[in-house]
Amino acid sequence: MIRIQARTEPSSLMKVASPLLAILLTLIFGGILFSAIGKSPSQALHVLLIAPLADSYNIGEMFVKMGPLLLCAVGLSLCYRANMWNIGAEGQLLAGALGGSAMALYFIDSDSALALPITLLAGIASGMIWAAVPTFLKLRFNSNLILTTIMFNYIALYLLIWAVHGPLRDPQGFGFPESAMFTDATLLPTLFENSRIHLGIVFAILSGIIGWFILSKTHLGFQIRVFGADEPAARYAGFNSKKLSWFVMLFAGSLAGLAGVSETIGPIGQLVPNVSPGYGYSAIIVAYLGRLHPLGAIIAAVFMAVIYMGGDLAQIEMGIPVAVVSMFQGILLFFLLACDFFINNRLSFSNQATN
Amino acid sequence: MDSDLIVQILFAAVKTGTPLLFIALGEVICEKSGILNLGQEGMMLMGAVVGFLAAYSTGNMGFGVLAAMIMGSTMSLIFAVLVLQLGANQVATGLALTIFGTGLSAFVGAGFVGQTIQGFPPIAIPLLSDIPYLGRILFNHDILVYFSFGMTAVLFYVVNKTRIGLTLKAVGENPNAANAIGIPVLKVRYLAIMFGGAMAGISGAYMSLVYTPMWVENMTAGRGWIALALVVFASWRIGRIMLGAYLFGLASIMHLVLQGMGWSISPNLLAMLPYVATVVVMVIISADHFKEKLLAPRSLGKPFDPRNMA
Repeated sequence: MIRIQARTEPSSLMKVASPLLAILLTLIFGGILFSAIGKSPSQALHVLLIAPLADSYNIGEMFVKMGPLLLCAVGLSLCYRANMWNIGAEGQLLAGALGGSAMALYFIDSDSALALPITLLAGIASGMIWAAVPTFLKLRFNSNLILTTIMFNYIALYLLIWAVHGPLRDPQGFGFPESAMFTDATLLPTLFENSRIHLGIVFAILSGIIGWFILSKTHLGFQIRVFGADEPAARYAGFNSKKLSWFVMLFAGSLAGLAGVSETIGPIGQLVPNVSPGYGYSAIIVAYLGRLHPLGAIIAAVFMAVIYMGGDLAQIEMGIPVAVVSMFQGILLFFLLACDFFINNRLSFSNQATN
Repeated sequence: MDSDLIVQILFAAVKTGTPLLFIALGEVICEKSGILNLGQEGMMLMGAVVGFLAAYSTGNMGFGVLAAMIMGSTMSLIFAVLVLQLGANQVATGLALTIFGTGLSAFVGAGFVGQTIQGFPPIAIPLLSDIPYLGRILFNHDILVYFSFGMTAVLFYVVNKTRIGLTLKAVGENPNAANAIGIPVLKVRYLAIMFGGAMAGISGAYMSLVYTPMWVENMTAGRGWIALALVVFASWRIGRIMLGAYLFGLASIMHLVLQGMGWSISPNLLAMLPYVATVVVMVIISADHFKEKLLAPRSLGKPFDPRNMA
């Protein structure tokens, strides 16, 4: 008979294998689902996974989507390590897009070399502010961070929609809820010709490396890790939990804000109501898939970006609703959490029942 | 403002508060057993889409509600297995359920966007609906609103006055002690989670069968999250949940009220009101740290593994 046994030591092999196993199980599930709705599973999986990487334009688009996912996920990884349940990357991203766009519009007739850095800083600061308020409310008034950050996502969304209908709307835009197109002084340079890959992906990969450095090489990172692993021990050691909480939240907010402003002054080029197809929420899954490790997040963000691309292609080529993307993301996280069970447990096969 | 308008506003607040009431009642039972399920929004959306599809294709509204409840429960079962059987983190699992439900509901409902159905007709309750003011506010609704009244009363009684309620609270306060005196902790938690799922399902069905009545992607607009805040607001008490649901309902229609009063504020700014109100209320309620610690089920969000009990 098969029994479940607790491992004496957590399996380090399963820690790495679990995300891969979860991806495999998600793909199998996807194949079954596609055949159930009468689509060819091999064609669907090809469109979802292979086609996004099939030519250089698509690969470029994949990197465009990877940038914001990774920026958000690196910040969230640190937050979750420190037991700060920040679900607000989406709102922080939107705040960054809004603040950055306002600044880019201010510089619309400028050719100053400072316009771009100031615009980026405005986005970063906006994201930080959007993270700072729920953090303050939690530390000062003990309010539930999960719920306040979620509420701030909705508030940011309506604020952005209000702005593109009102103060930031393009006066020459025939009444469409969009800002004017930004000008060269505030646009992020693209890295290659014939591709939309822009400087944002460099920021994103740098953020992964910086996140890794902070977490692995600094005393602050050590404190975060101890705090996440054993909160009473961290308190006993005298770590300042407020300082850690502020740090991870502002770090996450600034990265999400950077992601938001980079979207508007990067591939989009103006402020529109749908800046983000849920990047901030998907980044939660990226963070988990990457084992809450900033370098792991880089790999996980590639996979998630491929799924995003694949979702778009599946809609165009096979008429599969694009909602399939978030469905797969949810299933992926389910499988990941289930596979993680085997980090601390194992199956044992034996013929005799023991007492 | 004349009294007629006030009556209309309060009537609408009850109607808008009803889906919040359903889902928060389910969540409070779940939380009383010590389980925090953040998948409310996903379960609610699945309830909304499945309820709509079932009612649309059979023409039977009651069948739609039933299908929504079964769907909500099935969704919550995924959560229950991961959290109870595999010891998965409750926050992460709940988030996964919401993301999954958001995607799946949009996927399933893609072909039905924009279709409408008749909806439940309002039923005026004889005698009660003749009470001045109150009758028009409370007793002139559809059958699901009355069902929510009944559900509140039953849960109030069960939680506060019966052995079942005592068992539920024992599991949520101290699962180890409950286990020691022979209460099947995991079974109680399974049932509580699935009850929460069924209530989230009916809450979603209220949105797609009565409130709009149609299916639109993401039509719940964060109500599942607001319900979680509502449980905190109500300090885990059934009676206060009802009051809170109608207050939140009022906050969500305030933009219509203010527009009706001739205020010229952008509808997009006013649409923030329920979310801002939720934050403000949570800050006020949670500021008293000691009190909240006293009221929240003590094992809330913490895993319980009976195998560690040997």
